[in-house]
Amino acid sequence: MFDVVLLSRLQFAVATLFHFLFVPLTLGLSLLVAIYETLYVKTGDEDYKRAAKFWGKLFLINFAVGVVTGITLEFQFGTNWSRYSMYVGDIFGSLLAIEATLAFFLESTFIAVWHFGWNRLSPKLHAICIWLVAIAGNISALWILLANGWMQHPVGYVLRNNRAELESFWAVITNPFGWLEFFHTTAAAYVLAGFFVLGISAWHLIRKNEVTFFKKSFRVAAIWTLVFSIFLVINGDIHGSHVAHTQPTKLAAMESIWETQRGAPLYLLVIPDEANERNKIELLPIPKFLSFISYHDLNAEVKGLKEWPKEERPPVALTFWSFRAMIGLGLLFLFMSIWAFVKRLNPETDRKLLRILPWIIPLPYLGCELGWIVAEVGRQPWIVYGLMKTTEAVSPVAPVQVAISLIAFTLVYTFLGLIGFYLIFKFARRGPKAKETKVIEITSAEPITT
Amino acid sequence: MEQNIFQIIWFILWGVLWAVYFMLDGFDFGIGMLLPFAAKNETERRIMYNAVGPVWDGNEVWLVTAGGATFAAFPTTYAVMFSALYTPLLLILFALIFRGVTFEFRGKEDSPIWRTIWDVCLVLGSFLPSLLFGVAFANFFKGLPIDAQGIMHGNTLTLLNPYGLIGGALFVVMFIVHGAIWLTVKSNGELQKRAKKIAERFWILEIILVLVFLAVSGLTTDLWTNYVIHKWLLIIPAAALIAYFAIPAFLSRAAYWYAWFASSAAIVFTVAFGIAGLFPRLIPSSLNPAWSLTIYNSSSSPLTLKVMTVVAFIFVPLVIAYQIWTYKLFSDKIKPEFLKTDEAY
Repeated sequence: MFDVVLLSRLQFAVATLFHFLFVPLTLGLSLLVAIYETLYVKTGDEDYKRAAKFWGKLFLINFAVGVVTGITLEFQFGTNWSRYSMYVGDIFGSLLAIEATLAFFLESTFIAVWHFGWNRLSPKLHAICIWLVAIAGNISALWILLANGWMQHPVGYVLRNNRAELESFWAVITNPFGWLEFFHTTAAAYVLAGFFVLGISAWHLIRKNEVTFFKKSFRVAAIWTLVFSIFLVINGDIHGSHVAHTQPTKLAAMESIWETQRGAPLYLLVIPDEANERNKIELLPIPKFLSFISYHDLNAEVKGLKEWPKEERPPVALTFWSFRAMIGLGLLFLFMSIWAFVKRLNPETDRKLLRILPWIIPLPYLGCELGWIVAEVGRQPWIVYGLMKTTEAVSPVAPVQVAISLIAFTLVYTFLGLIGFYLIFKFARRGPKAKETKVIEITSAEPITT
Repeated sequence: MEQNIFQIIWFILWGVLWAVYFMLDGFDFGIGMLLPFAAKNETERRIMYNAVGPVWDGNEVWLVTAGGATFAAFPTTYAVMFSALYTPLLLILFALIFRGVTFEFRGKEDSPIWRTIWDVCLVLGSFLPSLLFGVAFANFFKGLPIDAQGIMHGNTLTLLNPYGLIGGALFVVMFIVHGAIWLTVKSNGELQKRAKKIAERFWILEIILVLVFLAVSGLTTDLWTNYVIHKWLLIIPAAALIAYFAIPAFLSRAAYWYAWFASSAAIVFTVAFGIAGLFPRLIPSSLNPAWSLTIYNSSSSPLTLKVMTVVAFIFVPLVIAYQIWTYKLFSDKIKPEFLKTDEAY
């Protein structure tokens, strides 16, 4: 139990998975708020201003928890993974530093300007602020995922002075693995934000609350969600195929393939049996389909887990089930987004759709978390694939310290999560404020006297 | 490992990033610590929250960047610094978490108990980081008991030595003064009078602590060695002292913005004094000078440093420009009418 590696991994899992409950909504909802506010600036329709404010309020609550839990992640590489930090800091550290300089500053500065600047800036300039926030957030994601992409598929480095040193910055920032992760993660985030807006809008529409307002929110979100649900599936396929080429152990675990074979079928129903290195059940095969989706070639060879010694295989059951569930959810999102898209002009007429949509809200959250489990657990036992083992990466700290901090993280994050989601829930139910009748001037030119 | 100019550039940038972070988040911390003492009612408390509302988040990013820059430019230092300070650093991070969400959460429930809970979070979330950053940096100046592998021999209590505690007390008081001046700048009437009085009173404590810190640095650390060798460096502690004495001078003339600039300069030069005294070390080893982490044995490769330099020289000025614009945009006083709007915390 008191093993630093295991405790540190658990702590990182807690910290990352929790942080990622808030990141996708930040990435997606910032863009949707920017779109609503731009529609307001273009059309002068007050409902879109109210939409920017209403969804913006939910965004801000979510953003607060996302920001504070992101900071701990950066420092955990130092506290818990100091051997890793020394070994790869040359490359990994610089990507994090660039992220902060290029994007995080921009995001954090302008979210405050947006929050406090409704009466200080022209509508146009104010809309630009939320665009800056949205773009900066997504640039942030790009650098973080290039950093993660490097852990998945290290490129542009040379081993020198007992560590991985940067050899080609260009190779690192054009790493296809990182870019595919970026497109996959952001698309998933946009789908999550889309269902968030659709779900809450549906909840109000079925109660005939602010019908015109929520129909407008619904319409934009329905188009948005369909576009990115399609993109997510296409990108997921390309990403999966790239994983097959670059991380064959992960692919084998994702599909629970034990024996190497050409023209591998895809079994729709599989139950892995990790202890006996086989599958308990393999039913409903689609011939050659696994070879096809992995390598886009019906007769391609798919390597089985037995190709590698046991200590170089990732945990199979967790990777496999997470992957299957993620795929299932992705297809469900595609279906639901088509349905919402078809009804986008008159969603209030389809009570069945409106009743289902609020229940969809948690599912993309689950999908995102599962995606990260596939990516990170599937990469094991490597912290940097093929280069550094996770067991070699931990800090020389006392296990009891990590045990205590793990407990602290769990308690603090549970508390924060409960309050954060409670507040989002509360303000989502409350709905937008009634149309504004008066604007309070706060930049009045009265002299300041003391 | 070869030596190069970029290691020196990044040593300076490393110091500048931390100094600017303390200068900026310092007054946020000060406001937080003063909340129960400066404000007498809910309106005044909200004025205090809103006094830092539009800037605290952007200020905190300097910490992320300072951390990121340490990671990128001096990965070995980053690894040792934060694994050696495991417990205090996590305490700081938890404190910052509670402080951060307080701004957003506090006004979202109409209940006095709810608000009091978050007020406590703000106070502790401001006090703990101030104290612990001071303790940590004093210990960097003094040297950590790290061996050749960068493993710390000691625990959190090792850090709470007299010099570390002086550093902690100095940071707390420095930030209280800084925050009180900011509140003087941002408020009117009774609250402003109270804030000004706090700034003036704590300034006395601040100047005593600074002098003690400079003296004890001479007795128990070798921070002054660089200053003895390179006399021109004395400009740094001299600038710090001038800035400290300018604070009460500006306060008494009701030139509050200038007092705040003086306090900012005082913080920057105080941190710079310690950092310049460390050069070329980042973390000295108190066990054996040969085990110290320096810019030569803990830096990234020349290529990484070059890339980072290009990024920093393009984007840091840009960041400074738009942050100054933000400060100007929100430079007016917080008025009670503003508290009635949707935007206010």
